[in-house]
Amino acid sequence: MNQTMPNSFRHFPDDRGHFGQFGGRYVAETLMPLILDLEREYKAAKADPAFHAEFDDLLEHYVGRPSPLYFAPRLTEELGGAQVWFKRDELNHTGAHKINNCIGQILLAIRMGKKRIIAETGAGQHGVATATVCARFGLPCTIFMGATDVARQAPNVFRMKLLGATVVPVTAGAGTLKDAMNEALRDWVANVHDTFYIIGTAAGPHPYPELVRDFQSVIGREAREQIQKRTGRLPDLLVAAIGGGSNAIGLFHPFLDDTSVKMLGVEAAGYGLDKEHAASLAGGRPGILHGNKTYLLQDEDGQITEGHSISAGLDYPGIGPEHAFLRDIGRVDYTSVTDEEAMDGFQLLCRTEGIIPALEPAHAIAAVKKVAPTMGKDQIIVANLCGRGDKDIFTVADRLGVEL
Amino acid sequence: MTRLASAFSKGRPALVTFITGGDPTPDATPAILDALVAGGADVIELGLPFTDPMADGPAIQAANIRALEAGTKTADIFRIAAEFRARHPETPLVLMGYANPMITRGAEWFAGECVKAGVDGIICVDIPNEEDAEIGPALREAGIAFIRLATPTTDKARLPAVLENSSGFLYYVSVAGITGKQQAAVDTIAQAVAHLKAGTDLPIAVGFGVRTPEQAAAFAAHADGVVVGSALVDLVAQHGANAAEPVRALTQALAEAVHKAREPA
Repeated sequence: MNQTMPNSFRHFPDDRGHFGQFGGRYVAETLMPLILDLEREYKAAKADPAFHAEFDDLLEHYVGRPSPLYFAPRLTEELGGAQVWFKRDELNHTGAHKINNCIGQILLAIRMGKKRIIAETGAGQHGVATATVCARFGLPCTIFMGATDVARQAPNVFRMKLLGATVVPVTAGAGTLKDAMNEALRDWVANVHDTFYIIGTAAGPHPYPELVRDFQSVIGREAREQIQKRTGRLPDLLVAAIGGGSNAIGLFHPFLDDTSVKMLGVEAAGYGLDKEHAASLAGGRPGILHGNKTYLLQDEDGQITEGHSISAGLDYPGIGPEHAFLRDIGRVDYTSVTDEEAMDGFQLLCRTEGIIPALEPAHAIAAVKKVAPTMGKDQIIVANLCGRGDKDIFTVADRLGVEL
Repeated sequence: MTRLASAFSKGRPALVTFITGGDPTPDATPAILDALVAGGADVIELGLPFTDPMADGPAIQAANIRALEAGTKTADIFRIAAEFRARHPETPLVLMGYANPMITRGAEWFAGECVKAGVDGIICVDIPNEEDAEIGPALREAGIAFIRLATPTTDKARLPAVLENSSGFLYYVSVAGITGKQQAAVDTIAQAVAHLKAGTDLPIAVGFGVRTPEQAAAFAAHADGVVVGSALVDLVAQHGANAAEPVRALTQALAEAVHKAREPA
């Protein structure tokens, strides 16, 4: 059992919520008792077979899991190197991996007797997934979304409203994901008694990075089983895009102790690492924001700087603390691709496989495009196709100079 | 006796005032600080601006943005503090803000700068006792008070964790929420302060949502001090570089009300 190996990479965080120097619980005192309650409740839920049974049942019959593991023959041929496989989490209900986590968290909220749900969203995928589970369980829901993102993700805003959510545009700062998270925290601190905050990525105060990872790890558990069943072996490389990093940690975590499996996280290099970007590992340094210690884009005074990415879902100046840890200990490699490269990756997948990806996994595809040709034809890459591109067609059309 | 201890040992409740450093500009802050002293403030909290003030309402969020847009750097805040200390040897000065600007060059660096500038204590919104190691040891080593926040969610089980490593005074955040919004009922303040007093000998200052001399007096009747922030920050927003006089006038009205709050009518 890998889980019990003393040198396992899968034992983190420690009991104080730390992944090495990262993670932790850097929150206002008002929230501390609730954070501690949540930790207790999550521990109890983890040990409760009924909780797992309900989670698994909803994933199977409501979300549509397991998602397929798909061999991409034409992309593989075009790149001329390693075999490229995709974990098809874009086929989930609501069109992205975000729903996995929302199912888990709403079951926790119900366990804790909370009557109201709040969430932040960037691209709107997490907002839609949260609004979806709130409709499914009949709980009122308020979604905080940066005003800039409200403008560039109009279809998702409408979806959330159709699902019965209240969408609050946040005008503070640049009006993106970081500002939405600030506003969600402000709401939470004022409504701790009855409100559950469904955080959308594997970040925030402990136990969020752990529980989001655990709920998303269904991606990697399925992929690990599927690839072995189909090819008789483990993959050589896993690739996933990273904003906060929940789809990536969900794919990576079940493989962390498989030492033959390399992993590549792909950050958003925006206009380029020497210009505006959202690559906090490549261009940031450790700091404290939104309840955890992690790599952050910041100036010399510790003021947080605005990220930029063509993908609203990657446009965040931080990264989940477990990624910060896995990078520092060298278990996972991290790279970045620009907006332009992501656009190429987006079109490449449309053209070769008949799949329109979201701009987030388009970053992973762009990285696959670079790395697959350097690998042997007998080698296997599994990339996470964490969302579908319907929501992004306006952004893409705009970038291509097409009027819809 | 430390400056902070003296401020709470005058035989009457203390007025604690907050403004954001560098708002509207670093050059305007010294005159506003002088106005707080002239008006009778017993303790001054100087906000260290941050891009992401998660626990603050619109007034103090806007003040943070004004200060940063005016180019305020951490070095400006320490220069303002050091100059304040030279002009006002007796008035305690506390830096209040968020963790990241405090730890970004290392907690030891930050604590050392506090000592050099004559800062008496710090309030850090997002370092609960669970993460004390981040900055607490450096502050204690340097002799800088680490003022912690207690809140309406601080129940009997939680209180010891809040009080551990707490020094200077205890800041009771009287509403579960963000700064400058609603106000707690006076009878809940009396109960909360009694609950906190059972656990500590530290002076207890009550804040959040206190805007007028009448409200301040009502809170001061039950506490060792009252904190006023957003109402003063609003005056800075309204009057900009000319805020010193209106800030002095409000501070004086608040100070008179707070100082007399326990005298028989």
